[in-house]
Amino acid sequence: MLLLITSILTITLRAGTSLVYATVGETYTERSGILNLGMEGMMLMGAVSAFAAAYYSGNLLAGVLVAMLVGMALSAVHAFLSITMRANQVVSGLCITLFGGGMASYLGQRLGPESNSYYLVGLVGPRFTPISVPVLGRLPVFGAVFNQDVLTYIMYAVVPLAWMYLFRTRDGLNLRSVGEKPHTADAMGVNVFRVRYLATIFGGMLAGLGGAHLSLAYTPGWSENITGGRGWIVIALVIFAMWNPARAVLGAILFGGINAVQFRLQAAGTTIPAAFLNMLPYLATIFVLVAVTWWENLSKRLGAPGALCKPYIREEK
Amino acid sequence: MRFVLEKRETTSRLALVLVPVVSFFVSLLLAAVILSISRASPFKTYTAMFRGAFGTWPNFTETLVKAIPLMLTGLAVSIAFRMEFWNIGAEGQLTLGGVATAWVALFWSGGMPPFLVLPASLIVGMLAGALWAGIPAVLNARLKVNETLTTLMLNYVAILFSEHLYYGPWRDPKGYGFPGTAPFPETAWLPRIAGRAHMGLLFAVFLALVLWFAIKRSRWGFEVRIIGKNRTAARFLGINIGRTIVLSLLLSGALSGLAGACEVSGISRRLQQGLSIGYGYTAIIVAWLGQLNPIAILFVAILMAGLSVGGDQVQMIMGLPAAMGMVLQGLILFPMLAGAIFNEYRPVIVKTAASTR
Repeated sequence: MLLLITSILTITLRAGTSLVYATVGETYTERSGILNLGMEGMMLMGAVSAFAAAYYSGNLLAGVLVAMLVGMALSAVHAFLSITMRANQVVSGLCITLFGGGMASYLGQRLGPESNSYYLVGLVGPRFTPISVPVLGRLPVFGAVFNQDVLTYIMYAVVPLAWMYLFRTRDGLNLRSVGEKPHTADAMGVNVFRVRYLATIFGGMLAGLGGAHLSLAYTPGWSENITGGRGWIVIALVIFAMWNPARAVLGAILFGGINAVQFRLQAAGTTIPAAFLNMLPYLATIFVLVAVTWWENLSKRLGAPGALCKPYIREEK
Repeated sequence: MRFVLEKRETTSRLALVLVPVVSFFVSLLLAAVILSISRASPFKTYTAMFRGAFGTWPNFTETLVKAIPLMLTGLAVSIAFRMEFWNIGAEGQLTLGGVATAWVALFWSGGMPPFLVLPASLIVGMLAGALWAGIPAVLNARLKVNETLTTLMLNYVAILFSEHLYYGPWRDPKGYGFPGTAPFPETAWLPRIAGRAHMGLLFAVFLALVLWFAIKRSRWGFEVRIIGKNRTAARFLGINIGRTIVLSLLLSGALSGLAGACEVSGISRRLQQGLSIGYGYTAIIVAWLGQLNPIAILFVAILMAGLSVGGDQVQMIMGLPAAMGMVLQGLILFPMLAGAIFNEYRPVIVKTAASTR
């Protein structure tokens, strides 16, 4: 029994890592007042570029860095459109997702070696393997935390740092004020445009990193639609976590756990058709959203940043 | 001297037309860069794409085949988008529409008068689409649940459900293991008018005209427009926002459902792989590029269908991935979004002496 719990928890954390990175990223973006629905596209582009870069360089770090840069580039486009050009943020984000999805698919059929008729699908590249921490890795249940790959270990550090920066530093306060009341923040001397650009690009960087974890660690290799809607689940997780990076972990564990249970049930040969098991994460997302929204209405607490999705127009002086 | 944006008093009509057209050409330029980097000649690619999509009559009818579901789903999402209700679930609504149509065609057609089979199966398909859009609409109207996410999540549920059916219980036992249902009886076939292009084209054109009129002239159209522009004003005018949203979304879902219904009864004539291939997502591009105008949406749908048919041709002729069509479709809105600011603002040059600042 303990073994089973440990193994489920191990898969849970592994499946949740990409979600945590992207959720923390999107939390920062939304806290600054920008909604980026392009997470799915940025994660897909991150995944394909990470795999291609790692495959050709033989270097995992290169893969991760390239994925982060690609995520930053795509989110910079979103930032430019929604901050400078005051475009509709929902549509701009959807565009990033549609373009990212198409481009990732294109690259997956173009970047491969000639021997594989230019496809990336089916290639085996370098991958992050789990490293067991001495002693701690042997513990029952808790051992799951210490039997992970490097990117997951880094995630353990990123979450508290992201929380501290947002809620315990001056810059974090500025970021939050830009998302709540940009006019006031501007009057206080905060550069609203700069903060929003940085927060959006930071979010894209973490989305790329999340994508890299998928193609380099969780399900190594490139396959079409490798994210399977994770970029969208992330948007829901931000709401679930009430725009708090620390609580993002809870959501990611919930959804990682659903993945792990799915795996387990399928491996155990259940009579439930696979299609219905595969629906679980999506149905759970809807359920969680309804529950959180209902609770928000009931407790009259508004989680979303006040200026979310509203372009900031600075009056000419 | 510097550029300043000055608010226009009325939305510029010229910009409304010019911005999408310029956007299309800018996106071609952007994609040319991508093509050049991947060592393909942009000029040759575009010529091949254009010929593949519009060059011959048979090719053009294939473009129409792809344009029909884009027209219907484009119209569908445009209704929702007008109210700033982000229905990105057209894909799932289309899929469930196809499933429901298949259900009637396969299991209920025997006991029905033959002339009723087709209308009944199409109507049930529309109802299924309406139901699938109605769930997020009610959740949003009653509880303010984020509709972007619920509509999207239901896409995955609908697609998995349809796969379950044609891989599992509905699979044709005489299909040699091919994933798909048995073919529909002929009474459930939607007549074709040119090549494989079917009567769905007439439905789409008719519905676009009705919608164009209804949005402009009817009480409902007025409510939809006000809700999109200013919800507070809508409330002051005594509009029941929740009710209008739910009713409009039922209509939106029904249109997507009709798209799916026409696909299965007009093209594949069975439920099989290839129904959910992203029409519902491309519909977002169609609706936005058409500035949510029903008539413009018809033409933009043909253009977008041309890009995807052209993409397939490019794969066959030049060995480039067919996803090039998707890349082009994805690129098209970026310049459009950047340019939309000129609908509301006009750029003016202000002369400022350096010393005053």
